Amino acid sequence: MNNRHIYVLSAVLALIGLALFAYKSQVLGFPLQPQEQTRVWTIEAAVRFDPGPAAVKATLRIPNLTPGFSILDENFISRGFGHATRSAPAGRESQWTLREARGPQTLYYRAQVYRDASRMAEDTTPPFPEQPELDEPSRIAMEGLIAEVRRQSADVASFTTELLRHINHAERDPYVSLFMSRGSAQANAAELATIFLAGAQIPARIAHGIQLRSVPGPVQAQQLLEVHDGVEWLYFDPETLEQGLPPDFLIWWRGDEPVASLEGGSNLDVTLAVQQNLLDSIVVAERRAELTGSHAMDFSLFALPIATQAVYAVLMMIPVGALVIMLLRNFIGVKTFGTFMPVLVALAFRETRLLWGIVLFAIIVSLGLLIRFYLEKLRLLLVPRLTTVLTVVVLLMAGISVLSQKLELQPGLSIALFPMVILAMTIERMSIVWEERGATEALQEGIGSLLVAAVAYVIMGLAWLEHLIFVFPELLLLVIAMSLLAGRYTGYRLLELRRFKALIPSRSGS
Amino acid sequence: MFGRYGGLSEEGVLGLNKRNGDYILRFNPRRLYPLVDDKLKTKRLALAAGIAVPQLYGVIETQHDIRRLPEIVKDHPEFALKPAHGSAGDGIVVISGRSSQRYRTISGTLLDDDFLYHHLSNAINGQFSLGGVQDVVIVEYMVRFSPLFERISYLGVPDIRVIVYRGFPIMSMVRLPTRASHGKANLHQGAVGAGIDLASGVTLDGVVGTQVVTHHPDTTHAISGLKIPDWDVILDISARCYELTGMGYIGVDIVLDRDLGPLVLELNARPGLAIQIANRQGLLRRLKICDARANFEAPVAERVAFAQQEFRHPVGPVLATEAVVASVA
Repeated sequence: MNNRHIYVLSAVLALIGLALFAYKSQVLGFPLQPQEQTRVWTIEAAVRFDPGPAAVKATLRIPNLTPGFSILDENFISRGFGHATRSAPAGRESQWTLREARGPQTLYYRAQVYRDASRMAEDTTPPFPEQPELDEPSRIAMEGLIAEVRRQSADVASFTTELLRHINHAERDPYVSLFMSRGSAQANAAELATIFLAGAQIPARIAHGIQLRSVPGPVQAQQLLEVHDGVEWLYFDPETLEQGLPPDFLIWWRGDEPVASLEGGSNLDVTLAVQQNLLDSIVVAERRAELTGSHAMDFSLFALPIATQAVYAVLMMIPVGALVIMLLRNFIGVKTFGTFMPVLVALAFRETRLLWGIVLFAIIVSLGLLIRFYLEKLRLLLVPRLTTVLTVVVLLMAGISVLSQKLELQPGLSIALFPMVILAMTIERMSIVWEERGATEALQEGIGSLLVAAVAYVIMGLAWLEHLIFVFPELLLLVIAMSLLAGRYTGYRLLELRRFKALIPSRSGS
Repeated sequence: MFGRYGGLSEEGVLGLNKRNGDYILRFNPRRLYPLVDDKLKTKRLALAAGIAVPQLYGVIETQHDIRRLPEIVKDHPEFALKPAHGSAGDGIVVISGRSSQRYRTISGTLLDDDFLYHHLSNAINGQFSLGGVQDVVIVEYMVRFSPLFERISYLGVPDIRVIVYRGFPIMSMVRLPTRASHGKANLHQGAVGAGIDLASGVTLDGVVGTQVVTHHPDTTHAISGLKIPDWDVILDISARCYELTGMGYIGVDIVLDRDLGPLVLELNARPGLAIQIANRQGLLRRLKICDARANFEAPVAERVAFAQQEFRHPVGPVLATEAVVASVA
């Protein structure tokens, strides 16, 4: 009665539905398209070494802060070793320990990573670095270089680029060559840059990472220079001076240390490898929901056993079919036998396909009608007559299946899925309408039902819609909202415009 | 298309959605439906209120009762059989006499006991009731319709439908059986519907389906201009049916008996909308006039007077017949 109540209720329902939908699709990354796949890379570190006579301890730095990527899953393969992961200043470490080992050992670390734009290097702003400890001539050389570079630059980014350019042309730069001649000759460009940047009071560190390629195989770790400009971390390639994080670059560990270290053993060798695979986006989203502690997944249809899921994939579409019927009946004004009979017929069409479905439906209903007209002559009581019609329908269906098997017509077999009770009732009602109101009305309603079923079938068969409703069942709240609104639609139906044509004043034209 | 929509709404035409949503749902409480859906209950209510109805001969309630039919109609060679829950005239059989062992229907068909019993059994099992629920069959007086309509109806009993909104008769029509409707006064089956001027009780042109007809298709006599006798009585008992049921939007079906005058046949809680075509007038306009000006507390006589004054034909513009026919063609 109170329209505002209904508007508010449907608005609330629609909002809840849309909000849940937005959260799941945008935050948890549930796919909007069926069969959407996410690229996932398996990264692997194989740590090989020969153990010494005593206890052995191997430490591997493992990815922690990986801007642009998230870790889906990781595991450690280490036969017989004690194993622990812990946080270290430079990130995370995995530590394997064994009291006594014999022969060459191989330890593996494996992780699956996927692209995740929302993930940034979220560590806090670092403190200003301490002045490097240097001898007097080196310090003078450094200060000279810093002063010169500062003159040539405007901000942290240009300072870093300029500095790296100087370092890369060490033979032409007196300060750098002097600095390098004072003993730090082993250092590479990135390491030198961190020292100079520390001298200039700019926080900087070296990031080691790998290029995630589509070709599987071992990869070489590459270095990037990370510089903090007071707001965020900037990335520089120390060789090419390019600024920014290269695409598909996964930062594995940070700092001056190598990726692995070993105590009590020798011949340490670490191989990093990468392999790309495609994973169903649903799996990735599920995993992500789990990691973020969201309960969206616990209460989703994916928690059900597979066979039940398949049933619900179909059931969840029934409200959509009902919505179609509601629109056709209340807004267009199509007449059908039984309110939701066409939905059930549309469900049967899923198995038979549309054309065959219509053909089979027409065959059964017309044969059924013939028999019903014959039964009329026998003057049977209502329920026994219905029973007879139902039995005849089942026999007809069986007959058509057998016949189509003989003729090798595959679709004829799927007729078994037709809702036979509904068909029997349709035949009964159609024959009564036929008797009472004439053939025209009966055929009109029969064809109307079939038409509505066909429309419902087409819409219920949209793969993307089925996927959306199954992954985001909250969208059915929108169906409720729409039904509530339609429930208060008191305007004309489309076919009434024709029915009451005689009542339209001629000036508005017709 | 929007022009049409606007035109309809300008004319105050009532659509199905609006009828259901704004009138039936609002003024016909569900709990009162049994009073009108069960013709037996309606009949008893009307009798108690002193409204004339066809005399009840008996009720066939069970399969077993069917055999009692000859006994019930022992003294009545003419009678009508009606499923108490039948809708739109479905399942009604009118027997106008007997020849030897058979019953003769009003259209002249001879029915043997077997056929009639089968029909009764179907009716009891709910073939004609909404939702197929168990039903009972009423055996009642066969209306001898007044000769007035003889010239413009083909077999069957013409009946008068009055739409009553919260006690006010707002529109009416007479339904004339045709050959196409098999003698039934049912517009769906091809009966002619002709509007009636509420003030004077004079018939207007008729319609078949959505086509305007000036003459009855079978008897070829002019439909319009017929003055219906006892019109005041018809309006009076229609208006009183509101108090009878408490329902605010009903269709009252009345027949004119040659000897007994107007008799209430049944009430309908979901009266159809074709009456608008028969009158070439929208119901909504009249519903709104009631809402705006009527005193819903008024006694019956005052309500009828209001209706006769406000709803003198035409209420608002009416199209020249030629224009209607042209727009239909």
